[in-house]
Amino acid sequence: MSAHSDAAASRPGRWQPAVTQDPMLQKHGALGQPVSRIEGPLKVQGKVQFAAEFPYEGLCYAALAFSTIARGRITALDTTAAEAAPGVVLVMTHRNAPRMKAPSLMMSSPTAAGASDLPVMQNDEIHWNGQPIAVVLAETQEQADHAASLVTADYAPLPAVTSFDEARKTPRQLDNILGQPPVVEIGDAEAALKGAAVQLDQIYRTPRHNHNAIELHAATVAWSGDELRVHDASQLLDLTAGQLADIFGLEADKVRVSSPYVGGGFGGKCLWDHQILACAAAKLAGRPVRIMLSREGVFRIVGGRTLTEQRVALGAGTDGRLDALIHTGIAAMTEHNSCPEQFTFPARHLYAAKSVRLAQEVADMDMLANTFMRAPGESVGTFALECAIDELAEKLGLDPIELRRRIEPETDPTSGKPFSSRHLIAAYEKGAERFGWERRNPTPRQRRDGEWLIGMGCATATYPYHRFPGGAARIRLTAGGQVTVSTAVHDMGMGTATAQVQHIAARLGVPLAQVSFEYGDTTLPRGVIAGGSTQTASIGGAVIAATEVFVEELLKLAGNDSPLAGLSLADVETRDGGIGHREDAARFESYLSILRRSGRGELVCEAEAPPPAEMEAFSMHSYGAQFCEVRVSEITGEVRVSHFLGSFDAGRILNAKTATSQFKGGIIMGIGLALTEETNFDPRTGRIVNASLADYHVPVQMDVPAIEILYTDIPDPQAPMGARGIGEIGITGVGAAVANAVYNATGKRIRDLPITLDKLM
Amino acid sequence: MGNALMNFTINGQSVEVEADIRSSLLDLLRNSLGFTGTKKGCDQGACGACTVLVDGERINSCLALAVQYQGRNVTTVEGLSSDGALHPLQQAFVEHDGFQCGYCTPGQLCSAVGMAREIERNIPSVVTADLSAASVAIDDRELRERMSGNLCRCGAYNGIIEAISETLDKMPASSQERAPA
Repeated sequence: MSAHSDAAASRPGRWQPAVTQDPMLQKHGALGQPVSRIEGPLKVQGKVQFAAEFPYEGLCYAALAFSTIARGRITALDTTAAEAAPGVVLVMTHRNAPRMKAPSLMMSSPTAAGASDLPVMQNDEIHWNGQPIAVVLAETQEQADHAASLVTADYAPLPAVTSFDEARKTPRQLDNILGQPPVVEIGDAEAALKGAAVQLDQIYRTPRHNHNAIELHAATVAWSGDELRVHDASQLLDLTAGQLADIFGLEADKVRVSSPYVGGGFGGKCLWDHQILACAAAKLAGRPVRIMLSREGVFRIVGGRTLTEQRVALGAGTDGRLDALIHTGIAAMTEHNSCPEQFTFPARHLYAAKSVRLAQEVADMDMLANTFMRAPGESVGTFALECAIDELAEKLGLDPIELRRRIEPETDPTSGKPFSSRHLIAAYEKGAERFGWERRNPTPRQRRDGEWLIGMGCATATYPYHRFPGGAARIRLTAGGQVTVSTAVHDMGMGTATAQVQHIAARLGVPLAQVSFEYGDTTLPRGVIAGGSTQTASIGGAVIAATEVFVEELLKLAGNDSPLAGLSLADVETRDGGIGHREDAARFESYLSILRRSGRGELVCEAEAPPPAEMEAFSMHSYGAQFCEVRVSEITGEVRVSHFLGSFDAGRILNAKTATSQFKGGIIMGIGLALTEETNFDPRTGRIVNASLADYHVPVQMDVPAIEILYTDIPDPQAPMGARGIGEIGITGVGAAVANAVYNATGKRIRDLPITLDKLM
Repeated sequence: MGNALMNFTINGQSVEVEADIRSSLLDLLRNSLGFTGTKKGCDQGACGACTVLVDGERINSCLALAVQYQGRNVTTVEGLSSDGALHPLQQAFVEHDGFQCGYCTPGQLCSAVGMAREIERNIPSVVTADLSAASVAIDDRELRERMSGNLCRCGAYNGIIEAISETLDKMPASSQERAPA
């Protein structure tokens, strides 16, 4: 049997976000165990299949040719040599590509997944340097790569804005920044700054970054009539399927996208031109197609984090209390996307100030659409804000943690909403004690070990809680006692499946071994995206709703011959593999007993999560205190991170092992942001010039010390399971913690990332 | 630019395959032979995801032309476990969470096994303090230096070093491996 329910209905016993708590919060100790990843044994044997590893009869391989100008028109495109090359199946260009609708910008509709709204290979227009101009399909990858190198093009260039300095002369104010106002003003912050006893006013710059997941973007696609099958590496399955259906004019149920394993995402594994082109070429060829971008190809057609220039100005009394908090700035973007890098978001929620001015603009450039990358906005916004706080603390002669204690707000400083749960200062105290913060000398250049100057810094980490509506979960219970929960979500290494198995086992009161979690396929109940650190809470909301339906159905099936007779959802709880009266231990019947007595082989229930009312009622954020010790060579300017500790307040931790890895992974990407990572964009040509892992320096083993992770583990009363997302907060604050440590070591303030050695010599 | 018939021993099995002479060992393994456990992350020798063992030594298979490795013993991640039992290092990777997405993992594992042989053979690294010592003193710094050719963007570096430290002494040479004479 199958049961559906409108989970939004306000009925007794149902979780009502912002009104009641997830009943799981009353179950102590049920979550958090350091369970090893359930798919671990398969991964270490190389047995999991990634997007480029699905075999098909008649498969052909794709390779791309890219434009070499930033803006203009293709005047000639010679594909004859490529077409004549051995093994070539076809060459697709704008001249013979199937007609396709342009993607629509992500968040512009429930099925929009476009990173840009430019049509894909539909005309002779060039919009960025590196845009695909031809797709070659061949029998082998070698043949395709060779033939793609034979495609030649002539262009009629148009004036292109490829210099940020040029672009910023005509800034653009967006209507909104991810649904939030682009400008927030409380009082007259500029006047308050001028009148403040202590003033700080600085500019901070952050460069472009690329996600550089180690798995190259790939897809294996096959048409069967008007049905499209896509094996993708994706963090937005349902949106991708909906968007592809729209592009190719198909019914939504004709597109199936699956992505059980993703070799790293970080915001980059969304819908870009390569999947669309592979689908189009497969249609044209009448054969299945595999596309795996080269590393250069990833840089050319998959956007990264944009650059920012930020002003932070702080006016304070001599006691440190803020009279003025100003955080403004500009980020490069294009006219064809909507990813403004929300760097003013941290300042909207972190600190109390009598007057506030927060505003951000964009500068349009002719470049590949920039996109979300781990903690878009917060990662680079905290660099500016948290360096400024450190600079202010020094001017005040205060310990930077003490300054933060003095500007800790009672309620959200810009929205006025109550915090659902905020323990930032506790995280600082816990972290400071463990890290040995008291050993820090507040005066720079005081610690030395030979040529190495040693310094310590700290900074606040913060990332918002979000729960996306629209996700559903299905619970299937078999007569054998196996529970399977299904929803089209993603595990790119976050530990989703493992944490959800733990969650479901705890929620239903069944052993881990009896729980399976199905995900990664659009044939499952609609899921949410893996983005914005939202997935865990969003799945939680759907599983709560499905559990309520599950319990109600079981109560119906239990009938009058059960100890549960006459009880309703509000009277009962799930425990010990069954349903029991909340107060009467004797009134209990196991799921299997109910199923058996009802003569059913299985029970299947599905429900959609209730709308996220908690986000409207409360200011919900995760927090953290990042502590860094660096050693800086006085001779070469080289910076080594010698010690790092992150102390987080992210609600309840669902799995101590995988959560620790998530936090560490964010911190390590933050070390890259601080010290080595930069996508070099040629302002003359608009071409990315370091399109390789040899020239774009992601942290390696030697760059990363043993990192310590602490967390408060205080459940958020408003969140499902008490848990807030943890995928992104780890990177926030790291840039500032490193920069503040570098200052403490050397006396040099570097406000321009990355902190490369030339800036310290 | 034609095809050639090539012979290898892969994970202990003799393999004969006709392939494009331009094929890298990596593409041959993945596309012609179905050993998809070996991963492509850059195709330029910069990330280490494609690391395999050839006669017990670790190499970047993306930088190796397959034709040049004929007659050699190639071990991929699929050849590390035997009789269905995980290699101790594989088990330690699971326990210490030495991966998240799992994409760089096969390369990390093969690289670590190859590294263990290098340590056995007393090969120093750039951070080795005493080059004249009878045996290189191995600490986390040595391991981190020696594993720095294998990128992990998820940031499982700490877990990887913990897993390697725990198993360094008990890494069996699998049946397919043999150190060069």
